Formats: sequence, C-alpha cells, structure tokens
Amino acid sequence: MPNESAHLVENLFASDITQAPTRDGFGVGTVEAGRADAQVVVLCADLAESTRADWFQKEFPDRFIEVGIAEQNMAALAAGMALVGKVPFIASYAAFNPGRNYEQIRTTIALAEMNVKVCGMHAGVSVGPDGATHQMLEDIGLMRMLPNMTVIAPGDAEEARKAVVAAASIDGPVYIRFGRSATPVFTTPETPFEIGKALTLFEPRDGEPQVAILSTGALGYTALVAAKQLSDEGVRTLVLHCPTIKPLDREAVIAVAKRAGRVVTLEEHQAAGGFGSAVAEVLVEECPVPMRLVGVRNQFGQSGTPEELLAHYGLDAVAVVAAVRGVLSREE
Amino acid sequence: MNDTDLTRLEEIAEKVRETIIEMLVAAGSGHTAGPLGMADIFTAFYFHILRHDPQNPEWEERDRLILSNGHIVPVRYAAMAHAGYFPISECLTLRKFGSRLQGHPERERLPGLETTSGPLGEGLPQAAGMAYALRMDGKKNRIYCLMGDGEQDEGIVWEAVLWAGKQKFSNLTAVIDRNNIQIDGMTEDIMPLESLRAKYEAFNWHVLEVNGNDIRAFITAVDEAKAIYEKPVVIIAHTIPGKGVPEIEFDYHWHGKPPTAEEAKRFLSEIRTMGGKVPHEYA
Repeated sequence: MPNESAHLVENLFASDITQAPTRDGFGVGTVEAGRADAQVVVLCADLAESTRADWFQKEFPDRFIEVGIAEQNMAALAAGMALVGKVPFIASYAAFNPGRNYEQIRTTIALAEMNVKVCGMHAGVSVGPDGATHQMLEDIGLMRMLPNMTVIAPGDAEEARKAVVAAASIDGPVYIRFGRSATPVFTTPETPFEIGKALTLFEPRDGEPQVAILSTGALGYTALVAAKQLSDEGVRTLVLHCPTIKPLDREAVIAVAKRAGRVVTLEEHQAAGGFGSAVAEVLVEECPVPMRLVGVRNQFGQSGTPEELLAHYGLDAVAVVAAVRGVLSREE
Repeated sequence: MNDTDLTRLEEIAEKVRETIIEMLVAAGSGHTAGPLGMADIFTAFYFHILRHDPQNPEWEERDRLILSNGHIVPVRYAAMAHAGYFPISECLTLRKFGSRLQGHPERERLPGLETTSGPLGEGLPQAAGMAYALRMDGKKNRIYCLMGDGEQDEGIVWEAVLWAGKQKFSNLTAVIDRNNIQIDGMTEDIMPLESLRAKYEAFNWHVLEVNGNDIRAFITAVDEAKAIYEKPVVIIAHTIPGKGVPEIEFDYHWHGKPPTAEEAKRFLSEIRTMGGKVPHEYA
C-alpha cells in the first residue's frame, strides 16, 4: 500500500491522474528559485521553449541568457558567471548537455567546484519519435562519475520543481535530469524532498517485504504500478524512490535491502553505469543480496511512441514484474 | 610610463624567465617556449596593468586575469611569486606531489589563479561569462583573457568569440600569444590560422596587433583596448617562443619539454646577458 507519510496523490492508480512532463518542473522551479534569489540566471542553447527555459525568460528577461547552439560555450560561460557570484542553470537536451559538453563540465564546473546547475532535458527513450540521437541514456553515468557533482533524476513534475529549488539553494555543481513526455504526477507539495534522501513510496500491508524495487526518475510511477500488481498477487513489495542518485541515500538503500533480501532497480538509462550500478556498488560492499537491474541493455534507442519504446526496451511495469519474479525465483 | 619604469619592468621579466628555467628543471617536465615568450606580457600585467592585491587575492574590485592555455602556467606562477602572492622558493615545487603549483593550474589549490585551465579553449567563454555577469551587476572590473594561438584550433573558442561579439563587451580584452608554434609544428602547417585579424574582425571584435615582447608597446595596446567601448578587443601579441634564450627561440621542439640541468645552466647565462646587452662574463 502507498506509504502515507509520502503524501502521494489521492487518485494514485486512477486513470485520471494528472500527467505532466518533468521539464515543466524546471520551468516552475527556476521561476521560484529566481524569485528567492536574484543571483539565479538561466542559460539556454536555442531550446527555450522545449526546455521550459522560456518560463523563466518571461519572468526575468534580464536574467535569461541565450547562447545560441553552443553547449560547450554555455557550460564554460556559466562557470565564468558562477565565478563572480551568479547561480547559473544551463538547459539543453541531455544528449548535448552533458552529452556534448562533458569535458567543459568536468573541467570548468566539477573540478573547479563551480556553483552551476546542469539541466539535461529529453533524457531517456521516452523522448519518442526523435530517435536515438536525442534519447540520452548515458547521462547519469557520465555525471555520477564526476567528483563534486550531485545527480538528481526527479520522479515527476512536482518533484522536479522541488529539485530545482533545492539545487539553487546548495553551493556546488548539480546535474538534474528531465523527461520530455508527460508522466503521472504522483507526488504532492506535501511529499518530502531533500537532496540525498530516498523516499519509501509503497510498503507491504502486513509483514516484511519479499522484494524492494528501487527506482529513479519518472519510472518511480512504473515501480508503483508494478508494486500494486505484485501486491495484489500476494508478493510483499516495497518501493524506494531515489531521486538523488548521488549522493545516494546509502542508509535507506542498505536498510531496504536488509529487510527485503531481494532488490530490483529501475531506470530509464543504460543498466551499465547508471542508478542500478550505483545501488549495486553500495550493496556489494555493505549488504550483498540478489539483484536485478532493469534498464537499457547496451543498446541505443529508436523512433516510436514513448509507450512502445518503454515496452520494447523492457522499462514498463510488465518488465518490472518479470524482474521481480526472476529475482524471487533465484535461490540463495 | 617613463624609461626608469620600463627598465624596471624589463629587469623583472628577466627574473621571471630565470625562475621559469629553474622551476622547469626542478620539475623535470613542462613547457618551456611559451612561458619564456610570455614573460614580458605577464610582467606587464602583474607589475603595471592589473588592479590587484597579492595580499588579498580575492579582493572583489580586482581585475581578472584568465589564463586559458593553462600549459604555460609556469610563467604565471613565476610572475605571481615575484609580485608577492607566495614565496619565490615555492616555485620549485612545480608539478610535485602535494604542491599548490599543479602542472596545469587549479583555482581551488592556489588563490589568485581565477580559473582551472589546461583543456584548451575554455578561458575565453569563462572570461565572457564573467564579463557578462559583472556588467549585469554594474561592476567596473576588467577581464583579460590570455590564449595561445594553437588553441584557436578549438571550436569552443569560436563559439565564445561569436557570443562575445554579440554582447559588445567594453570590459573584456583577449590576448592571443601569436608565437606561431604548437606541439606538432608551426601553426600554419598544422592548421593555418591566418588571417586571424580578419577572422576576429568578422566576428565583431576590434583587433590590435603588437610585438608581445615589447613591454612598452604591449602596455600601450592595453591602454588603447581600454578606450574602446563598442566592442571586445583582441590583442594579437606577436611573441618569440623561447624568448631570452637565443638557441631555442622560434624552435617548436621546445613547446612541450623542459631543459636538462646542463641546458638550464646555459639558458640562465643567456637570459642574464639580456639578449647580448650584458657581456657573458658578467652574466
């Protein structure tokens, strides 16, 4: 059953649950952060509308900086602005930011410890028809490897808003990952959010869980749907949502692994090097348990609808249920 | 600036060159030609042009000197040490474990460096970001960005040149060390840059050219740049790589290697003759 203290929406499993892309949270969040702190600026590389940077631009035209189609320049410009006290958010598609400007982020932002917030939109296969070039599946890996970098993949538009506001309030480099397509808004303004903290979304009605599903990003909702189905079928399931991939909430991850003894991770990213790997790195040292990593397996994306693609690459509730069955059938 | 001032600056530049040779020998690796070629310009900046305070490197009102081609940082360390940022003896820790003087500069390790650099092409965009943010806040600090000429091969340089041209900065001056060498050879063989002037002009910059080993001429050029409000200014500073050590001047093989102890002894003696002005026996 849904965890009450997570304050999720009332109509959690209803078909009329509100849908919005997490990038909307960037638009709302930067405006909110901009009101709270006059040093917040937004830089954009010719994608103001689709990144939702134009929401900030309308409110704060003098603090919106259009850099043209030049993501490398955008990263280093932002570092320069941070050097004199600004709090820059740089927005483009994740395929280019951090895909194209990785080295500028590494040197001028991460190594130099600059207070720049790197915002990658259109991450994952759910970009849809644009195809593989624009479906970034390696950004979590790229960013979490960098020392000094905080990495966040919000679960819905509301959590994305909170993540943006929280990122503005901490001093240091942050990467935030956003999606293009509308996904269920399952959290509420009352849902707790803190950088570095995981959140239990779903718990067995009675007894200890047999399996823990650990999710990041918008697939948090997919984890919930899978957990409900499993729970209806008698499998005691826990869902731990981890919007912050780095620093990972080690304590929470270890605690649920200890309780459940079986773990499945879920992310819209390569299974290699991403969130599941981050969880595995913790558990292999602290609490080795049977695990399944649900993610893209060494493949690029392709054109299609988000639903078709999530199903094809094994990222939907069907795939999660299968992974849970798999990990439960394993004898240890 | 009178002749006495100029003589003083020229003497400091020779001291900076000596320190560069000493630190490179102690390090056993590093770049020789670029730092020697830029000793006059760094001396001009730290001892005449910049508003700065070596005792207070984070002073908010300071001008910002951004070194984009971080591999020539020995000349910056040497000039900073002579200006009083840290003891000259610390220069001998260059590239050693635990040193604040990293092989390529890191701002978090040594106050006064402004940026972390080495990967080429990233100084100008950072300088442009600073220029933009300082202008937003109505600040009067000037920003100077020093780049190499080989570095102009990098695409990001032109992204930044394009953007800075759009912004019509009056507070940003770039300096290109036009010494015509890069690691693999002469710039015009590896990747022809000419006409650099025409390229920058086409990107809406004002271009000045000067002999970068002539301290007086360089300072005059910077004064002229300050007087131009309509556009960012780039000073193409023609320098002699390896300047001060005639036997290595113009030789690209000295771009990326340090002298041996034996060579250093000879080089130091050549520097002390100040280009033949002082007889060897007194040097």
